[in-house]
Amino acid sequence: MMSGIGHVPSSTGPENGDVTEETIFTALLEDSAEDLYENAPCGYLSTLLDGQIAKVNTTLLRWLGYTRDDLVGRRRFADLLTVGGKLYHETHFAPLLRMQGEIGGVALELRAADGSQLPVLVTSTVKNSADGRPLLIRTTIFDARDRRTYERELLRARQEADLERERLQSLVATLQRTLLPPTLLTVPGLETAAYYHTASSDQLGGDFYDLFPLGDGRWGVFLGDVAGKGPDAAAVTSLTRYTLRAAAAYDPDPVAVLGNLNAVLRQEYSSDDPRYCTVIYGLLVPDGDGFTATLASGGHPAALLLRADGTADYQFTPGGLLVGILPDARFTATTVRITGGDTLLLYTDGLTEALTDVAAGARYGDEALLAFAADLAPTTASGAIRAVTDLLAAFGEGVEDDTAALALGVPASLIQEPT
Amino acid sequence: MDVRSRYNVVVTGKNGGPVVMLAHGFGCDQNLWRLVAPALAEDFQVVLFDHVGSGRSDPSAWRTERYSTLDGYADDVLQICRELDLQQVVFVGHSVSAMIGVLAAIREPDRFAKLVLLTPSPRYVDDAGYRGGFTQADIEELLESLDSNYLGWSAAMAPVIMGNPDRPELGEELTNSFCRTDPRMARVFARTTFLSDNRADLEKVTVPTLVIECASDVIAPREVGAFIHAKIAGSRLVTLDAVGHCPQLSAPEATTRAIASFAADS
Repeated sequence: MMSGIGHVPSSTGPENGDVTEETIFTALLEDSAEDLYENAPCGYLSTLLDGQIAKVNTTLLRWLGYTRDDLVGRRRFADLLTVGGKLYHETHFAPLLRMQGEIGGVALELRAADGSQLPVLVTSTVKNSADGRPLLIRTTIFDARDRRTYERELLRARQEADLERERLQSLVATLQRTLLPPTLLTVPGLETAAYYHTASSDQLGGDFYDLFPLGDGRWGVFLGDVAGKGPDAAAVTSLTRYTLRAAAAYDPDPVAVLGNLNAVLRQEYSSDDPRYCTVIYGLLVPDGDGFTATLASGGHPAALLLRADGTADYQFTPGGLLVGILPDARFTATTVRITGGDTLLLYTDGLTEALTDVAAGARYGDEALLAFAADLAPTTASGAIRAVTDLLAAFGEGVEDDTAALALGVPASLIQEPT
Repeated sequence: MDVRSRYNVVVTGKNGGPVVMLAHGFGCDQNLWRLVAPALAEDFQVVLFDHVGSGRSDPSAWRTERYSTLDGYADDVLQICRELDLQQVVFVGHSVSAMIGVLAAIREPDRFAKLVLLTPSPRYVDDAGYRGGFTQADIEELLESLDSNYLGWSAAMAPVIMGNPDRPELGEELTNSFCRTDPRMARVFARTTFLSDNRADLEKVTVPTLVIECASDVIAPREVGAFIHAKIAGSRLVTLDAVGHCPQLSAPEATTRAIASFAADS
């Protein structure tokens, strides 16, 4: 506050004989309140409660290029603002000032006599009478040209960041859709349903599934999970999806399909940067009143069979390794019959790994899922997917990873027409 | 979440008295009625609420698309009336809420006994043969002002503002304790408020209507008050000797008197 004077006298005052210090001290004392008000390094404004200007200091007049007579008794504070500033003043500044008795640090633009704009920071307080009635408003105005330029830069950077984020999210959503079939094809004699839960709108997940015809009434189905997230994982997902389709067209035997996928992942990615996935692959062959499903799994959670009689079981395929890790990985298959009222549920581990108690770190787990399935059976494919969707919604934030679920059910009422 | 917490509904005043519903405008919340509500509460059952996106309404109820038209807000008003089973409502809408009340009263005229439009405007932007007082550029300038003044708002304080004070120490640091609004929602509300055009709705109002304007109001100038008065058949117009857009703060007694005498009049 006393900068520019150089030397501040001690509290005991100037010492005898020190003429220079005494002169400085006297000069300080002579800095009158009047002069401090008029030529303060900020603008001062006093208005009536309705904003009418009653008093204004020289600094503010100089900034705006007005004379005292232009303003005092003739203009309101809001008249000095830009139109947008007036709107802000009426909707925010004035009501808040009335209610709180003060408002500080508000960024506004004043309009000078020559039409130019002056960015300022405004602070106002209401002065009350001895008995607490509001009398007038005191306002302090700081020149904020540099600060506002800087803030505008920050704001622009923030808006750009927001835009980028939106762009990224829409890109992620678009890419994610290309990794999944837009709708499941209709399989005669089979009801199908699927659900994909996205854990993050910023990142591509690695889960995938598909259902496709193999001729002679046979169908291929797969569902899997690529290790990792983001673009690298998405590239592996894409490769895996197309390899599975091609491998199935070449030899639809589930063990052969997984063997070929393993070989392709091994060829594509070097052994010091292996990429791998878990996948369950099924060959569906119609037989009379239902389907025979041959399932092979590479390190993937076992499918659940929800039977017409109300029981439910995991369909294990022992020994299946992660696909893409070992050069001569071995896979085994299991065969399941699904008939009227049976539903086969494939899912990724986002479901069983979901946190049920975030604080305690407790996860949902295989046993809970089995109990859930047994409760649910008998059901339909759409009923099973609806229940899984609700379950995931109930976990809320507890679902940390993307989760895919695909259900295949033979309708209970299906009656085979004699051919 | 039930309607009361979604809109932070507060019901005070005379039990069984005629219902006066006070709706705040853009820029603040139900606090704006603090100098008027206690006096009205002596004779009326007073219903206060915060629009979604303002005050202590539930932020999770926010839907940008829904609140990009005044119909979304009018729908909320009707929802509150239905849930609280309010009948013969005297709806008092300040600023943009005046037009929200107009829309609600057109949709369910039987629900409302009377409308009080406090400093209303059916359109803020000038148009051929109509002077609302502002240009599109002015409204953009306001949005800039909003962007540079996140009063009392920061992401760190959001939990306190949303009524989840797991960091109560922040409560003491809040300077602007009233009318805090998430700036993203305020932007949408500002656009909806200042870019709507409800001139054609005015003549559809069948409910007895009182227009209250201020002698000097930048946002709702007197010619706009006269325009509304002329368009709503049988409406009354009162001009308060007050300055500014918020007479419920600058002239609370006169505002209360105007509302109360119209509401009680049969």
